[in-house]
Amino acid sequence: MKQTAQISLTVNGETVEADVPVRRNLVDFLRQDLGLTGSHVGCEHGVCGACTLEVDGRMVRGCLMLAVQANGANVTTVEGLADSGRSAALRQSFMARNALQCGFCTPGMLASAIEYIEAGGASDRNAIREHLSGNYCRCTGYQAIVDAVCDVIDGRVSA
Amino acid sequence: MTNPLTLYDRPNSYIGHSVPRPDARRLSEGRGRFVDDKVLPRMVHAAFVRSDMAHARITSIDISDAKNSPGVIAVWTGADLAPHVEPYVGVLSHLAGLRSAPQMPLADDVARWQGEPLAMIVATSRALAEDAVALVTVEYEELPAACDMETALDPDAPVIHQEFGSNLAWERTVDVGDTKAAFSRTDVTLVERELRFGRHTGVTLEARAAIADFDPSEDHLTFHYSGQAPHMMQFIFAKHLGLAEENVRIIAEDVGGSFGIKIHTYGDEIATAIASRLLKRPVKFVADRHESFLTDIHARDHVVHGKMAVTQDGQIAALAFDDVTGIGPFSMYPRTSAIEANQVLNLTGAPYDIENYHARARVVFQNKNMMCQYRAVGHPIAMAICDGLLEDAAAAIGLDPVEIRRRNLMRDDSYPRASASGMKLDDLSHQKALERLVDMMRYEALREDQARLRNEGVFRGIGFCSMVEVTNPSPMFYGIGGAPIASQDGATIRLDAGGGIQVSSSVTEQGQGTNTILAQIAADIFGVDLDRVRIKTGDTEVTPYGGGTWASRGAGIGGEAMLQAAVALKEQVLDVAAVILQAKPDDLDIKAGKITDTDGTERMDLSDLARTVYYRGNELPSDLKPELIATRHYRVTDFPFVFTNGAMAAHVEVDTDTGIIRVLDFWAVEDCGRVLNPLLVDEQIRGGVVQGIGGALYEECLYSEDGQMLNTTMADYLVPMSAEMPDIHVAHIETPTKTSVLGAKGAGEAGTGGAPGAILNAVNDALRPLNSSLWQMPMTPERVLKALGKV
Amino acid sequence: MKAPDFDYQSPETLEAALALLADADGMAEPLAGGQSLMPMMNFRLAAPETLVDLNGIPGLSGVAIEDSWVAIGATTRYCDLEDDKEVIEAVPLIAKVLPHIAHAAIRNRGTIGGSIALADPAAEMPAVLLALGGEVVLQSASARRTVKADDFFLGIYETVREPEELVVAVRLPKAKPHDRFGFHEIVRRHGDYAMAGCIVAADATLAGVRVAFFGVGDRPLRAERAEDALAGSDGGPAALHAAVAALSDLECDGDVSTSADTKRHLAGVALKRAFSELTA
Repeated sequence: MKQTAQISLTVNGETVEADVPVRRNLVDFLRQDLGLTGSHVGCEHGVCGACTLEVDGRMVRGCLMLAVQANGANVTTVEGLADSGRSAALRQSFMARNALQCGFCTPGMLASAIEYIEAGGASDRNAIREHLSGNYCRCTGYQAIVDAVCDVIDGRVSA
Repeated sequence: MTNPLTLYDRPNSYIGHSVPRPDARRLSEGRGRFVDDKVLPRMVHAAFVRSDMAHARITSIDISDAKNSPGVIAVWTGADLAPHVEPYVGVLSHLAGLRSAPQMPLADDVARWQGEPLAMIVATSRALAEDAVALVTVEYEELPAACDMETALDPDAPVIHQEFGSNLAWERTVDVGDTKAAFSRTDVTLVERELRFGRHTGVTLEARAAIADFDPSEDHLTFHYSGQAPHMMQFIFAKHLGLAEENVRIIAEDVGGSFGIKIHTYGDEIATAIASRLLKRPVKFVADRHESFLTDIHARDHVVHGKMAVTQDGQIAALAFDDVTGIGPFSMYPRTSAIEANQVLNLTGAPYDIENYHARARVVFQNKNMMCQYRAVGHPIAMAICDGLLEDAAAAIGLDPVEIRRRNLMRDDSYPRASASGMKLDDLSHQKALERLVDMMRYEALREDQARLRNEGVFRGIGFCSMVEVTNPSPMFYGIGGAPIASQDGATIRLDAGGGIQVSSSVTEQGQGTNTILAQIAADIFGVDLDRVRIKTGDTEVTPYGGGTWASRGAGIGGEAMLQAAVALKEQVLDVAAVILQAKPDDLDIKAGKITDTDGTERMDLSDLARTVYYRGNELPSDLKPELIATRHYRVTDFPFVFTNGAMAAHVEVDTDTGIIRVLDFWAVEDCGRVLNPLLVDEQIRGGVVQGIGGALYEECLYSEDGQMLNTTMADYLVPMSAEMPDIHVAHIETPTKTSVLGAKGAGEAGTGGAPGAILNAVNDALRPLNSSLWQMPMTPERVLKALGKV
Repeated sequence: MKAPDFDYQSPETLEAALALLADADGMAEPLAGGQSLMPMMNFRLAAPETLVDLNGIPGLSGVAIEDSWVAIGATTRYCDLEDDKEVIEAVPLIAKVLPHIAHAAIRNRGTIGGSIALADPAAEMPAVLLALGGEVVLQSASARRTVKADDFFLGIYETVREPEELVVAVRLPKAKPHDRFGFHEIVRRHGDYAMAGCIVAADATLAGVRVAFFGVGDRPLRAERAEDALAGSDGGPAALHAAVAALSDLECDGDVSTSADTKRHLAGVALKRAFSELTA
């Protein structure tokens, strides 16, 4: 049985080479092998959205993709979004609106919101709520998150 | 010395202002420090073999294949761990008559609920540990199970603990006035309903997580845990593992949601600590979502037969109910599983003038996962009983639901006083809150819309809930009954050489913004900018001793301790400044990090003062012994709890073809005393409301008749998500509590406590023209359709 | 909840993939988007000895628009279909349905072939295939065959696909100029699997009508009696009423929170609402 595989990928702009167990999913690989613990594990069955991160320009569930499938891919996590400044305005807005409490959903929530904003999404509260409906937040009641996304789209926040 | 209360009006004050959370930045950059983020040297991973059966004798457990599985370091059964732990029993002396059997971390001999841990595997990774779990063979002899709480007290029901002779864990009756006479009056209208509340659970996004790190050279356990009450856990590990209390250190850094779930003694966590002790190395256990659904405490499983009598002018003549609740096979340790029912008895009807009140609760053992305290303990049940029956009665006599409240709510000038159940109440504002609510929601216009739409076949409903919330508990909550749960909290504040301050507190942060509130108070009262405050909470080794954060006590109790410590440090610093500046302390102040005259003229930097004290003590008179650190503790006295009140309203639309209920709008007026930070309080209320909507419309742990939980995935157990949730309008009335200088009450549970009652009433308001009503939560499409007679 | 171990194969050609399946004696599982298989593996409800990852096979994804058919490669992701104007023009029903399939992050990985091959009775895409009268192209190392949607689904997670076969393409008929489509699903939360869903496909004059349900039975279900009630009718209330009444023998199954009777009731509601989209 071939139970590990050699992979090479780009994570937050850095080239990473690793020998991974083939059954290890992408979010476990990022957390356990690379120490990128910003992406969180919430349900491991693709429903809660806590592990949402970017692979080759698309936001995906890190728990529903094997690390070995990311061979050759370009992966961006919440840490990369912060370091590059890509999430700066949204993070600013999340803080100003108190759009996070415990912060466990926040990395995935930011990823989903950034996908919406960067695709040119409108500051339409229902559309934003619909887009974010795959990301579970137990703390906030969602309203502040929607406010924060609207603020960024409407240019009420800059970073 | 300036009176602290006037500090709130200073130009550089923080208390009462919408201050963003300083720690939010870290979390938004992916720099959280949650338990599962931590990796310790030589750390290994635990997984558990759990009972497949609700009630069974374990005839054998074959662990031989598991022991030989790759990466496996240890495999233990209940018998293996038993010698290393003192059993625990979830009873408290002030809940007279409550009984429960001793619990062990792993079941030995008999399993009493599906999900109960039977064996523990420790391996070099969680995946390898799970591989080994799959290799353990358990043979069971199935025992008759008592799963249904409504039949668990029947004479022929299987008895879970033979020594008790029945499945009754606790029973309490409150009898005030003469309900029998009131109900038999000829001039009253009676309403009677059976209300059913679905068992649901917390679904914290971060599951329960622990790393136990035992160092045999010092006989010392460090336990990293995702939870709310570090000092309570310190006691529990010390007592039940036989360690000195000072040799147990509990660290709770970032906690990914808790809501009462992570404040109990779970067998798998105790086993994790034992494993670390036996293996002499760190052991991590992180529950997966399946385990969370099966084993995180559940709550709210109640069936209530309720009855209310009102006079023709709408006065409540009597309220009576009988509550049955199933708590699983044991009472949870150490808070017990009787508190929820006790709260239902204490809180039902508490907003209203009720002279005749009769309530009975029976708490029964059953073969399901255990129930215990979850956000807004008992509140949603208590509020739905009284406000549900009240609106039912209002409809029966043709009175508007707002008007019937006006006629029954306690008058705002009637405090201090007691509720029907004998709770001491003060500083409440039900009348004011209701009027504010009615104004805010444009009630009359909404009623006009409702009438118009009904003619078009659109069924909308408006429902209310007037509610109280238990916050800032005193020693009368747990301590009096012998629980190792502190009711007082402490705060330490220290001026450092650089002019910044270090604060530590025994209350904890799970996202509410506790640390921000503490920083606001410290900065404001002492007189520095917020960014000069560093906060430390969640570590028994370095914080003062206290209860932690639960029952909405962080701001009210922890905040008051913080205020008093800051006042004390300020006095100490000004005493030193007075000597250095040759002034009187009363003529000096501290503002934005500077010692000033009371007119604001800057005299010296705090850092200059601190450096003088710390580095150049030779410049000070030898009889001056400066202390640039102060600690104060605070507890609530004279009241068992500090109650808050609120008024809430829901606007819903019922799709009478599909049974789907859509919440169109929600309003909440809350009086939590002094609002320390509106930004944080508002989102606490909103998050609470959404959690309440979850209980009202979506969330339910579904069990088969033989005690198997059927929906242990997030695709099957529905939590509220963003698309269906309304915007929630929040307003405040501020009636500060007289029990503290700060005047703050809690705000964490109001939304969860009040929303279900408001939603229930709104749905029934929508269904009323169809001559239907629904009294079961969650109000699922199928239940709505059944109520409508469509299926 | 960690997946059990397996052998991972990432063939670069279809032939290589088919050879792996042929040699595996039923113990291999093809991996497309993984949005259903991975959760099942994490729950240890699926434990294939070998995973044959199809994502590295060029030519297995992409769309070919033919004269009267659209052939969609099995590993074509939902997000790519959402962005593909030609597909949406050729099969307008797709644009109505896609936003209801789970959430954006799932659609960014999930594939049409994976959904069809899995045959989750509550999923939308199998019902689309059935309502449109599409076809599934199956290929094994030794043979290729095309199966009509009506013959493809057998039961819950069960289809006529043999273990050594792959769904290589899904073929949907191109809409004719005046064809009309109605879609309605009853969900408690956006993106959930439907409690009941209905798709109605009809030509301009209602001479031909196909009605498919999902989320109500053990597989996507055609409602032929309801179709008969609607076909050739004026589409008025009486015809619709008869169509709903004709659902009395729809093979509904209950689930953990909804009984079979409720499912049948909801199927009727979904039919009415889907049909109303035709006339809107």
